[in-house]
Amino acid sequence: MNDIVRAAVAAFVLLNAVILVVTYLTWVERKFAARLQSRIGPYRVGRPHGWLQPIADALKLMIKEDVVPSVADRPIYNLAPIVFLLPAFLIFATIPFAPGLGLADLNIGLLYFLAVSSLEIVGLFMGGWGSNNKYALLSAMRGVNQIISYEVPFILAALVPVLLAGSLRLSAIVEAQAGLWFIAYPVIGQLAFVAFTVATLASENRIPFDIVEAESELVAGFRVEYSGMKFALIQLAEYTHLFGVSCLGAILFLGGWLGPVLPGPVWFLLKAVLMFLLVIWVRWSFVRIRVDQILGISWKVLLPFTLILLMATGLWVALRGGGGVA
Amino acid sequence: MVPVGYYTTLSAVLFTIGVVGVLVRRNPLVIFMSIELMLNAANLAFVAFGREAGQLDGQVIVFFVMTVAAAEVAVGLAIIVAIFRARQRINVDDLNLMRW
Amino acid sequence: MEQVTFFVTALIAVASAIGLVVRRNPLHGALFLVVNLFCVAVLYLLLRAEFLAAAQVIIYAGAIMVLFLFAIMILIPGRAETGRDPFRRQRLAALPLGAAFLLLVGVLMWGGPPPGGAPPPPGGAAAVGRLLFTDYLLPFEITAVLLLAALVGALVLARRRA
Repeated sequence: MNDIVRAAVAAFVLLNAVILVVTYLTWVERKFAARLQSRIGPYRVGRPHGWLQPIADALKLMIKEDVVPSVADRPIYNLAPIVFLLPAFLIFATIPFAPGLGLADLNIGLLYFLAVSSLEIVGLFMGGWGSNNKYALLSAMRGVNQIISYEVPFILAALVPVLLAGSLRLSAIVEAQAGLWFIAYPVIGQLAFVAFTVATLASENRIPFDIVEAESELVAGFRVEYSGMKFALIQLAEYTHLFGVSCLGAILFLGGWLGPVLPGPVWFLLKAVLMFLLVIWVRWSFVRIRVDQILGISWKVLLPFTLILLMATGLWVALRGGGGVA
Repeated sequence: MVPVGYYTTLSAVLFTIGVVGVLVRRNPLVIFMSIELMLNAANLAFVAFGREAGQLDGQVIVFFVMTVAAAEVAVGLAIIVAIFRARQRINVDDLNLMRW
Repeated sequence: MEQVTFFVTALIAVASAIGLVVRRNPLHGALFLVVNLFCVAVLYLLLRAEFLAAAQVIIYAGAIMVLFLFAIMILIPGRAETGRDPFRRQRLAALPLGAAFLLLVGVLMWGGPPPGGAPPPPGGAAAVGRLLFTDYLLPFEITAVLLLAALVGALVLARRRA
């Protein structure tokens, strides 16, 4: 019984820490984007530099009226934000922030991450369908198409570090990078990192792959009809998921908590935020591409590329005699 | 530890619900989903028996069942969509062209 | 603790299965099926088949069910299964038949296999993978061919007739 209580307390603390970090990531994104465009960004609420802005946004959304369209499929419409949010939080359960600091260090950690994060699509779908709105429905169909197409290259790219480390356990993958971070691994590391980043951009529906949102054609995508707290939950889920995938990138390629001088968790957070900023940077630098181009990139370029890369990595590991079975 | 009998009973119940679904419903998509339900019930029994026998073979077979289910869904849904395109209705009772 | 988890999960699984069969809207049915598949994944975890639990969620909930949802959206539900059922009496006969079937399967399954005595090995990715690539190598390769055939078949079927 004691274990259960301890696990519950740990999960509660982690949950709140993640929410806090993610809330401030929205502020980081706005400031960073403003810099890229020679603006100042949020400034008024909380001086200096508008550091109270995320809190003000959250409060505003909480007290806004919650509108439910009269033609909506009510149970589905109401459940969708929660179904969308849950997987985003669940992926943090296996992430090791430092040696021994994490909820559960499963021996199938990476598989767990991929499995839970693929559930997000159901929530997206429910939101698009339940709203009973043509833009929302179109957006959901696009989203499903895109996420399914990019899930395969995403998994294949994430498997390259697994092969190099010889384990699916996330902490073991970090420890295998003690000598050399996988992003610095000759040739294989850089190629896998690029593939991973592209697949991340697509599976998170970020520009240049943001046809799910596509303000100019679909208004706001599958969340058009959502307002108030439900809208806030959806936004929170998107950023949490993106942060989760950034954490995974930091673990797989950037050596997780490893680093000199500073303590492990600080390094981990720095690297995760770096991954996050990379995605934001691309978002504010590129234009949106068409649906068929997006699917073409996935099936005709990224998939064969990651497959060959994975096979080459396997061959290299076999020749080297390392890796092996954990 | 939960005894294996509980798992097999649950598996039998789920399988039966799947069978009833196939018999009762008229929408081919729902019938298809009921078949998936039956496959899953069988998988559950496989894993439970595998644990009882102290072997992993049950799990390997479930892995194969999943692969076959994926292939089946891809082809089956393509067939249903093709039928819908041709006839504009989806009702299994109308599809009696090949009935003898 | 394990018992409680089992019973709660089993209850949700049965309820969602019934939901799938009872609901008229196929989309609601599909969402019920997602819940059911997730419950089965939890049961796999209880049976210490960790690799299978992850595979179940990735393949079923993540891929197969999404295909279903997609097909349902394309096929415009709502119009399905309305109007009078010409075979109503036949369909009602399914209920006693189903009960009889449950009895049959229940009796057959209750005993289970003779206990092997060996402690159940945990089904991690390494153990299952080793078995897949040694004893079951040939079936494994055949599934690869099967998947390829399904891929080609689905493409041919889905192409708009020119």
